[in-house]
Amino acid sequence: MPAPSVSGTEVPAMQAMLQVRIHGRGGQGVVTAAEVLSMAAFAEGRHAQAFPSFGSERTGAPVVAFCRIAHTPIRTREPVMNPDVLVVLDATLLHQVDLFSGLRPDGAVLINTSRSLDELGILELAREHSEGRFVTVPATDIAVERLGRPVPNVVMLGGLAAITGNISIDALASAIRERFSSEMAERNVAAASDAYHLVESSSRQEVLRVAPD
Amino acid sequence: MLRQIEGSRAVAEAVARCRPEVVCAYPISPQTHIIEALSVLVRTGELDRCEFINVESEFAAMSVALGASAAGARAYTATSSQGLLFMMEAVYNVAGLGLPVVMTLANRAVGAPINIWNDHSDAMAVRDAGWVMLFAESNQEAADLHVQAFRLAEEISVPVMVCMDGFILTHAVERVDLVEQVAVDAHLPPYEPRQVLDPDDPVSIGAMVGPEAFTEVRYLAHARQLEALRRIPEITAEFARSFGRESGGLLHPYRTEDADIVVVALGSILGTIEDAVDTMRERGLSVGALGVTTFRPFPLEALRAALAGARRVVVVEKAFSIGFGGVLSTDVAMATGGLGLDIATVVAGLGGRPVAESTLCTMLEDAGASRLERLTFLDLDHGVVERELARMADSRRSGPTAENILRDIGTGARSPS
Repeated sequence: MPAPSVSGTEVPAMQAMLQVRIHGRGGQGVVTAAEVLSMAAFAEGRHAQAFPSFGSERTGAPVVAFCRIAHTPIRTREPVMNPDVLVVLDATLLHQVDLFSGLRPDGAVLINTSRSLDELGILELAREHSEGRFVTVPATDIAVERLGRPVPNVVMLGGLAAITGNISIDALASAIRERFSSEMAERNVAAASDAYHLVESSSRQEVLRVAPD
Repeated sequence: MLRQIEGSRAVAEAVARCRPEVVCAYPISPQTHIIEALSVLVRTGELDRCEFINVESEFAAMSVALGASAAGARAYTATSSQGLLFMMEAVYNVAGLGLPVVMTLANRAVGAPINIWNDHSDAMAVRDAGWVMLFAESNQEAADLHVQAFRLAEEISVPVMVCMDGFILTHAVERVDLVEQVAVDAHLPPYEPRQVLDPDDPVSIGAMVGPEAFTEVRYLAHARQLEALRRIPEITAEFARSFGRESGGLLHPYRTEDADIVVVALGSILGTIEDAVDTMRERGLSVGALGVTTFRPFPLEALRAALAGARRVVVVEKAFSIGFGGVLSTDVAMATGGLGLDIATVVAGLGGRPVAESTLCTMLEDAGASRLERLTFLDLDHGVVERELARMADSRRSGPTAENILRDIGTGARSPS
């Protein structure tokens, strides 16, 4: 399993609200990922809101889902237009959809891939933005190994928990156990933990603390 | 019990705690998850003494609800958009007969062009049918309103529709405090029908009424709605005492006390509007928001009192009357007649177009500077409109507007040439 590339170097100012946008394709569990993330935040005692981009869902079609996390009730219903974290479940979307639209200057990008940023053709973009904030995780590989199926959504949440730095793997595990039946839940917990530890251990500096404490 | 749960499932749980005896519905996006969840609750026995009746259409769904209610059962259904239009004849009949059916309307645009996303054109199409219509701002309120809806409907023998924004609420996962069975049982007594089809004590329901009495029957339907205006604040207060939170009521004022400009709206867009109000207050604009929770019966006096201190009113509507303008705006104008308010209509969020706080803030700046026109279509792409108008001027056989525009913006079918 290839090591993920991580190089967090700076710690941005704490924000009142963490906004996540998840891109993938129908069948990859994009909407479920946002839902489980919100449940993990709820397990941590935070307010959270997850919602899909409301398309007619079809297998393979680009799908977007959103999640907001805050300490106070969330009132807004607008889509996440300026994400703090962008999660890309399918790297083939990188050149098809305007994925990076509205990404905050201090935002982070988590990409499911076993290839390098250079191989993906986004090294230039990553350098323009902040290379250290582009993190890759081989989530499909991990999913095939742990679940026997190429469904990367929950695995990516493990990586997301690691880069945000304050959604604990325990909260994520409890959300996964609430959302999935027992056997699939344990496999997903193991897969998410793999991604969490991969991202956390390969972080050369501090994790990117983009979530509200 | 606090849960992080999808809006549709929260509503299904709340409806189940109300112990409906008949649930009948036909699936349609974005209502589907509510009905799916209720069917599971019935199948697993978590909702017992309830019959889930599969029907072949929305017309059948409302007709079965009508029959069940007339036979003395607590009846529930849910629909959206075209489904509501398809059941429309029975929707009027349920109200005309005074049967306390409760229905969730997961608000969605009405076609053509076909569109599955949220706006309020379905609700506005049924505005005059005689149902009480309540609009939820959040999923917590959507769930809570159903408990209050059964109570109100059965007390005054009027059907109640709980409107919740399709996808924006139905598919949003957020924190909801789910009502407990014991508390709901205390709030909602068993259904005691005013009229019932009973073989042991036969009556006929649904007589033909001619000019000699039709006006009187209709007048009494209106009087019952006015009774709802009096009972809703009381039921809301009782709910607050039992459940420890404010949900429902006639109106939701937000920072209106000293506001020069008040934004009036229905449903979930109020959350974004309240954020915009806070932002604009920080920038020095004297603005507030007023949510209309009870849309039918329309709280004329309460609304007039709530807007009495304002100078300018902006009604943000997710629907409009084609060839005229705002629908809610008309009601607001009627309620505030003689107050000298400047009322503008802003049509926003049609067919699921997202409404951004920043756009609302710009609109409020315009309102503050007296630049807001009487009728504004928020985010309207004038370029797209001009192109189609030019095409129509250019050629008699300019073709279907929707397809032309989709081709222009690059999301539709390819040109045949």
